[in-house]
Amino acid sequence: MSFLTYLINGISLGSVYAIIALGYTMVYGIAKMLNFAHGDVIMIGCYVVFLTMSGQGWSPLVSVTLSVLICTVLGIVIEKIAYKPLRKATSLAVLITAIGVSYFLQNIALLIFGANTKAFTNVVTLPALTLAGGSLVISGTTIVTVLVCIVIMVALSLFVKYTKAGQAMRAVSEDKDAAQLMGINVNGTISLTFAIGSGLAAIAGVLFCSAYPTLSPYTGSMPGIKAFTAAVFGGIGSIPGAFIGGILLGVIEILGRAYISSQLSDAIVFAVLIIVLLVKPTGLLGKKIHEKV
Amino acid sequence: MAKFSWKTMKKQTRDEIITFSMVVVVYVVLQLLISGGAISSLIQGLLVPICTYSLVAIGLNLCVGYLGELSIGHAGFMCVGAFSGAFMTKLLEDTITNEVLLFVIALAVGILVAAVFGFLIAIPVLRLRGDYLAIVTLAFGEIIKNIINVLFVAKDSNGFHFAISDANNMDVEEDCVWLINGAKGISRIPHLSSFTIGVILVILALIVVYNLVNSRTGRAVMAIRDNRIAAEAVGINVTKFKLLAFTISAAIAGAGGVLYAHNLSTVTATPTNFGYNMSIMILVFVVLGGMGSFRGSIIAAAILTLLPEVLRGLYDYRMLIYSIVLIAMMLFNWSPKAIEWRQKLVAKFKKEKKTKEVA
Repeated sequence: MSFLTYLINGISLGSVYAIIALGYTMVYGIAKMLNFAHGDVIMIGCYVVFLTMSGQGWSPLVSVTLSVLICTVLGIVIEKIAYKPLRKATSLAVLITAIGVSYFLQNIALLIFGANTKAFTNVVTLPALTLAGGSLVISGTTIVTVLVCIVIMVALSLFVKYTKAGQAMRAVSEDKDAAQLMGINVNGTISLTFAIGSGLAAIAGVLFCSAYPTLSPYTGSMPGIKAFTAAVFGGIGSIPGAFIGGILLGVIEILGRAYISSQLSDAIVFAVLIIVLLVKPTGLLGKKIHEKV
Repeated sequence: MAKFSWKTMKKQTRDEIITFSMVVVVYVVLQLLISGGAISSLIQGLLVPICTYSLVAIGLNLCVGYLGELSIGHAGFMCVGAFSGAFMTKLLEDTITNEVLLFVIALAVGILVAAVFGFLIAIPVLRLRGDYLAIVTLAFGEIIKNIINVLFVAKDSNGFHFAISDANNMDVEEDCVWLINGAKGISRIPHLSSFTIGVILVILALIVVYNLVNSRTGRAVMAIRDNRIAAEAVGINVTKFKLLAFTISAAIAGAGGVLYAHNLSTVTATPTNFGYNMSIMILVFVVLGGMGSFRGSIIAAAILTLLPEVLRGLYDYRMLIYSIVLIAMMLFNWSPKAIEWRQKLVAKFKKEKKTKEVA
């Protein structure tokens, strides 16, 4: 039974990675940039929930909604100020700017909220589910996390496939110039992508902090890197890829921690990633790049 | 003897002379200031780290600027170099008393081990492109850091003892010497690094990279960067040159690691010194200094290392200012080009384009 418990915990952690990875993968698919500040948007979202819930006593639903709104706006503002002027710059210049934004968010959080770790209150009040006569207990947080992840994944897939805005996103990611010539508002579409990605980051952050309740200005960076890894694992730019990559990464991490070594769990995750990339150089679901000569 | 003229000289040669003289002049001036007591001990303490970062940045610049492959795991090579070098020093500490010889041996070992790791990592590099490669180097850096944190090596009268993740069941004697003590790293390393050694290493690294870049090999590497397929078509062995450039890049980073380790009495593999943040910081030096410019890397490493210290008066705000400077510099560097490009486009498409951009 303990294996099943680990597996479920892994899927739960993986769901969080998957939601964060969506933000990376969508932004990468459209703007062809690695948004390193994504992990820190998560942290800002967590602080909003922490302050409104623990400080002001708001109900979880209201504070999460507020957090999503603030992160969405934050995502758009970051894109407008820092990334938009660099649309034609080399990808490394944009990468460094993203790192700058990441430092900026971390340090502003450090100034406003202080360096002390805060104990995050779980937003999920659902009781734990006890199965198989008490030998398998699934916490409410786990259930909510997995459900939220599935809902987001289905909704986003439908959105990208069937709505006008979703089609515009796919067109921009395919060929920016051609999309512009077809009358698509490229800047608007990129802003929308950042907005969605950052909004999702807030949700992922709240779920992550509910499971691992310590909050500091550096909370976002490790899940951020892991989620980035998950996005690459599944094939960056692909939405189902982010989902599969995230879940697999979470499961490998938890199982590795339980059965091999708790200190080496990160090393195991990254080693699996390297092996996968050696066999499939563009990730599990990544498109094969054909080079024109 | 041929007459040297500054104007008729090759641009590359001029560039190299400027770089070398810059390093030497700065070194001499700093030494004079130090002996005159004009430099605070705080800044003095930063001189060796600046040399370390310059070295790693030179190595990374070879990889990013000339090979054209983004690596965000160079701290991993630095870590490998630091630990293997410090390990060697601890091992030979009692047998070799000459400090210079000891450091040279440690340096050779550190460079060799980092080069071997660089070679191993370069193999997947050959199959991957762009961001996938970046993530593999990142993964490598994290793995190295993780493994070193669980590695225990001790020496006693019975020889060496190794353990991974758990030191309790190691069968060692009471008076054993811990060479690597898990997360506590290597401690009591003799202080062999100095500013002079750092500067000598930087100059040596510069000689190596300049010679490489201006050689047939260097031109082959740049040809691969500019167009891999075309390079392959003219008979350049892409595999060989990629492996070579990446290995040298890793080796230089390893040398930086050795210098770093011997400047501290204890070296541990924490996220702040050998983690992803360090790799990113080195990358920032390379990109801000200008890709392909080794002089730029050194200047950027020096300025950006000093900046937070100079801003110490503004204590709480220093890292915030640092990040703003970073963003502002990137925008300043690249935005005008974007504007220029837009103006060209506007001139081409005239009014029609203009109305679209406004809307």
